[in-house]
Amino acid sequence: MPDQTPNTPVPTIEVSTPAIPAAPEKPRYFVRFTLAQRYLHAVLFTTFLVLAATGLMMRFSGSPWAIRFARQVGGFGAILFFHKFCALVLTLAFVIHLREILARGLFKREKGIFWGPTSMVANWKDVKDLLGHFRWFLGLGPKPKFERYAYWEKFDYWAVFWGMVVIGFSGYAMWFAPFFAHFLPGWALNAVLVIHSEEGLLAILFIFSIHFVNTHLRPDSFPMDMVIFTGRESEEEFKTRRPDEYQRMLSEGKAETRITVAPPRWLINFSRVVGFTAILIGLTLLVLTLSAYFTG
Amino acid sequence: MKTVSSFSLTLFTSVLLLAAPARPAHADADCLSCHNDPTLQDANGKSIGVSADKFHASVHGVLKCNDCHKDIHDYPHPDHPAAVQCESCHTDEGAALAGSVHAKASDHPCTSCHGNAHLIVPKTDPQSPVYPLNIPKTCGSCHGNEAMAKKYHLPNVYALYIDSIHGFALGKEGLLVAANCTSCHGSHKILSHTNPQSATYRNNIPGTCGSCHVGINEQYQKGVHGNAVAAGDTSAPVCTDCHTAHAIIEPTSADFRMQSTPICGSCHRDKFTTYRDTFHSQLGLLGGYVETARCWDCHGAHEILPASDPLSPINKANLVKTCGRCHAGANASFVEYQPHANARNRHLNPALYYIRLFMNLLLASVLTFFLLHTVLWLIRSRFQQVKTKSSGEKNA
Repeated sequence: MPDQTPNTPVPTIEVSTPAIPAAPEKPRYFVRFTLAQRYLHAVLFTTFLVLAATGLMMRFSGSPWAIRFARQVGGFGAILFFHKFCALVLTLAFVIHLREILARGLFKREKGIFWGPTSMVANWKDVKDLLGHFRWFLGLGPKPKFERYAYWEKFDYWAVFWGMVVIGFSGYAMWFAPFFAHFLPGWALNAVLVIHSEEGLLAILFIFSIHFVNTHLRPDSFPMDMVIFTGRESEEEFKTRRPDEYQRMLSEGKAETRITVAPPRWLINFSRVVGFTAILIGLTLLVLTLSAYFTG
Repeated sequence: MKTVSSFSLTLFTSVLLLAAPARPAHADADCLSCHNDPTLQDANGKSIGVSADKFHASVHGVLKCNDCHKDIHDYPHPDHPAAVQCESCHTDEGAALAGSVHAKASDHPCTSCHGNAHLIVPKTDPQSPVYPLNIPKTCGSCHGNEAMAKKYHLPNVYALYIDSIHGFALGKEGLLVAANCTSCHGSHKILSHTNPQSATYRNNIPGTCGSCHVGINEQYQKGVHGNAVAAGDTSAPVCTDCHTAHAIIEPTSADFRMQSTPICGSCHRDKFTTYRDTFHSQLGLLGGYVETARCWDCHGAHEILPASDPLSPINKANLVKTCGRCHAGANASFVEYQPHANARNRHLNPALYYIRLFMNLLLASVLTFFLLHTVLWLIRSRFQQVKTKSSGEKNA
């Protein structure tokens, strides 16, 4: 650029910021997820990635990529070790979550755990939202106004919940087969592998395609919805994504309790690195799974 | 280099004859007076020197020269003496060789294995090319030669043998009892493996290997494969089908455990497919983990018996013990597990079939529904985005 003099001493003072006449009001941020919930998600997706990668290698053990990768990390013995280790960690996270839900819902009698707008339990509004959403897809109606958890988010939650019970139980039945044989019939030992592998495949295909797109890659969130990493979102995002919850919060006069500061720069950068890595690994596994599935 | 022309030889011996009284020409001393010269060559450059000391120390040392070189009685002798016929003394060996794959004497003279006839030492002498420890190298001088193997359409077996368990025992460990080439193929009467008389003919192989591996052969003969071979079934596996002929490796090694299941599977195809659906197989394929059950871990290796036989390890009464070798705590219910279950067969495994069907329907319906949902959503969102953007631009 001709205007710029080369070799000018670098520290040029940033003049633009104070020059703006009226700095726009800083956007307000609201808490959506607690730190514990964010950690739970982090443990969930980290262990899930390892479980998926190692599980796929066992399921498609004839594939060249599976054999090559398994050899790299120390053969099948290492694969099974990582698989079992992550299974234990995930089980622990599941138990902690279950304990928290039961403690809050049953013992502390906290409202909104098992029913109501803040609950994960499906209700009549979810059915209406689902149908309304389809009408909106086809241009036949307005976009539904979602509450705290939209119906597809509830589905994600229950899919993972059911998946953990089914995959976990069948996995432990294989791990401790002689023990489980004390109260399971012999054919069940054959069935658990089929169940474990099919349900695992469903989880992998669902998370790495549907969940990734619905939550992160669709135009409104592209390339990634940061809220699960930072725990907070701007008022604008809140208002457009979940207008019903926003309205309820205002009418209940609880806005003040949820207001927070904008996520720090480092947290956003850190979340991006972690999130994109996870998405990249997931998509790679998705491609490998589909290629292995369709080539036999 | 020294070439003796017949003219100078004649001249030289004429002088000798004039100087000495006449003696029979077959006396060793006479022959050796010329031939005891290691550099002596004929007109074609072929060595015709004979070391008197080594010759006298050899197994043929007691013989006179013309016991073998029968056409030489006198001096001067013909320029091209007739080829020596070893079988004139070694009758049995000669007859055996004549019927063998090495029958053509011009290609396979006795000396190609036994070395120079004037230097032959007993085969118990470590210097002998047919001493057990030297045999692979001797045979390998032809059968380890790529060009030779190609010419005769033979496998180049020397390298395979040397790296095998037999080759290692013989070459590295120096075990005289380890199988060398002749242990299986014989020495003079080597026949093609297609010849029913051959020691390496399919149905003779158990007997051939069994000449050393007596105990294994006994077990094999009691099993289904041994019975079939004894009954003349040429499709039943013999030792070499699982262990190979030359590249035999340690059967407990990881490589052997990895390579052998598909060998059983090449005949037992349906069992192999169903085995591959199970955990036992899936784990095994990912290198480095060979502990999972392979065919012979459950069925036995040599004495394979049908499940109906009370002695079979897969007989119902023995399953708890057989499975329990790996699965500590296996009980009667545990061993109802079917290691060859087929989830695709409704008649054989109905429960498994319907479970798989249910899981597949669940997978297909969930994915189909959400795929549709997601695609519609993507299209609508993009449409909305473009609309908002363009209207925004208009407003600006």
